[in-house]
Amino acid sequence: MGMTLAEKILSEHSGKEVRAGEIAVVKVDLAYAQDGTGPLAVRKIQEMGFEKVSNPQKTFFFLDHAAPSPRFELSNDHNFLREFSERTGCQVSEVGYGISHQVVAEKEVKPGEVVIGADSHTCTGGALGAFATGAGSTDVAVAMALGKIWLRVPETLRVVVEGELPVGVYGKDIILHLIGRIGAAGATYKALEFTGDTIGRLEMAGRMTIANMAVEAGAKVGTFSSDEITRDWLNRMGRPGDFKKSTPDPDAIYEKTIEIDARTLSPTIACPHQVDHIRTIDEIGEVRVDQVYLGTSCNGRLEDLRVAANILKGKKIHPKTRMIVTPGSRLVYIEALKDGTMETLIEAGALTMPPGCGACVGLHEGVLGDGEVCLATQPRNFKGRMGSPNSFIYLGSPAMAGATAIEGKIADPRKYL
Amino acid sequence: MKGRVWKFGDAISTDHIIPGRYFYLRSNLPELSKHIMEYERPDFSGEVSHGDFIVAGENFGQGSSREHAAIVIKMNGIQAVLAKSFARIFYRNCFNNGLPAVICDTEKFGEGDVLELFLEEGRIVNYSRDETVSFLPLPPVMKQILSDGGLVEHVKKYGNIRLDF
Repeated sequence: MGMTLAEKILSEHSGKEVRAGEIAVVKVDLAYAQDGTGPLAVRKIQEMGFEKVSNPQKTFFFLDHAAPSPRFELSNDHNFLREFSERTGCQVSEVGYGISHQVVAEKEVKPGEVVIGADSHTCTGGALGAFATGAGSTDVAVAMALGKIWLRVPETLRVVVEGELPVGVYGKDIILHLIGRIGAAGATYKALEFTGDTIGRLEMAGRMTIANMAVEAGAKVGTFSSDEITRDWLNRMGRPGDFKKSTPDPDAIYEKTIEIDARTLSPTIACPHQVDHIRTIDEIGEVRVDQVYLGTSCNGRLEDLRVAANILKGKKIHPKTRMIVTPGSRLVYIEALKDGTMETLIEAGALTMPPGCGACVGLHEGVLGDGEVCLATQPRNFKGRMGSPNSFIYLGSPAMAGATAIEGKIADPRKYL
Repeated sequence: MKGRVWKFGDAISTDHIIPGRYFYLRSNLPELSKHIMEYERPDFSGEVSHGDFIVAGENFGQGSSREHAAIVIKMNGIQAVLAKSFARIFYRNCFNNGLPAVICDTEKFGEGDVLELFLEEGRIVNYSRDETVSFLPLPPVMKQILSDGGLVEHVKKYGNIRLDF
């Protein structure tokens, strides 16, 4: 009897064959936390009495949420993580180097690995064919200290996306459409496995956007088979030796199959204050926008910035709308500077922030005031997430961000392409 | 131990439980815990009593992995969270901190009802309505973590993860 990708990877990491529903203790290849969850993880490691971690080379702390720090309390947290890492040999990704999930996708995650991160969007790594999932600080502390975690092997929902994506429709629209169909709890405790010819053609940036938002449907992981596109990504990141074939068996057992006809999709939006309040651009009506936010672990990659720049080239953003751009990592930032993408965005009127999580968490770099409306490319739009509990967050693609910045209201990117 | 019901709706996220704007207080848990649920119920922390219950609808705890959400609930003396369903990461975080998260039909509990939870027996007595609500037993792995006093205590006890059921 065949196995899903999740069953296969977890079996390989637990030393025995495990199936959906079973509890497995699995080896962890990569464990990480960020500046909001890391200090608690370190305190839990210390509470358990460990003075070392299991594999310091594969244990990372990312200073990405409050980067650079807007408050002295957070500066103290950063120093706490730096000191612990210095003492134990763990790795620190410094302020300005980017969002954990983007940096590990560039430098660390390999197909077939088990990756545990103290951040819900750790599932982004599923795009590379890994079993990557978010957990709380205590689970991650145990993963760091012992090099393992217990997991319930998830049932898998297979999502088959077929057909040519229309112009102006991207990975973001696919995942928003899916969440609209199954709901924010539609895949709770389960794995989402993405396949079909549309997925097979989708570049790594689009796959990462989809994997990133798997958790917004409640899923434990969003997995993709590794293929030539994965190989190209690893080559581009200078680590060709990290490629491995990671695929489900053809006769794997799925709880359900969900089919999406890509040809029927249109630019899609999540409305306040829930990720599954989904509308298409034709249903949205007139929504005036104060702030456009481009970046985050969901859409902060070079391809995303290029899509928006392509729409904004030679144009100016609306005088009553501000546009903030936060590259996902230092590598993205440098590449976008070199190829002129940043210049195009800035000339159009956007302002740029250092690589990191930026405004998405409501800490700094674009905090929303009472009654303000933001169109963001981030993965989440809960009440008060970006600032005032009386502000409103709509989620869309980088192309929609570009079009919206021009018009000052939520706009259809297709007319600019 | 008996406790009062504080009722919340569906889709309560960890951003609702403890807003991201208090990120800077995450290393100061006593101060952080005062801000629990403040967008939903201002001064919830001041009103809630030791042993009370948070009762909610579907997908309680969705969103961010911040374990601080489970911790501030526990620190405010809440005895257990009862909901129709829980988001995955939050569910684990509760048990890891010794806080029971019970899946049950919460339509049967109203604001202010007085309940008593019998975890082992899988039932909740609602004294205000003179009614008993049963629920499916906790998964064995969660029961084990809870009886050890949370995951940290579990690992301290065994020096390892002993949850391979």
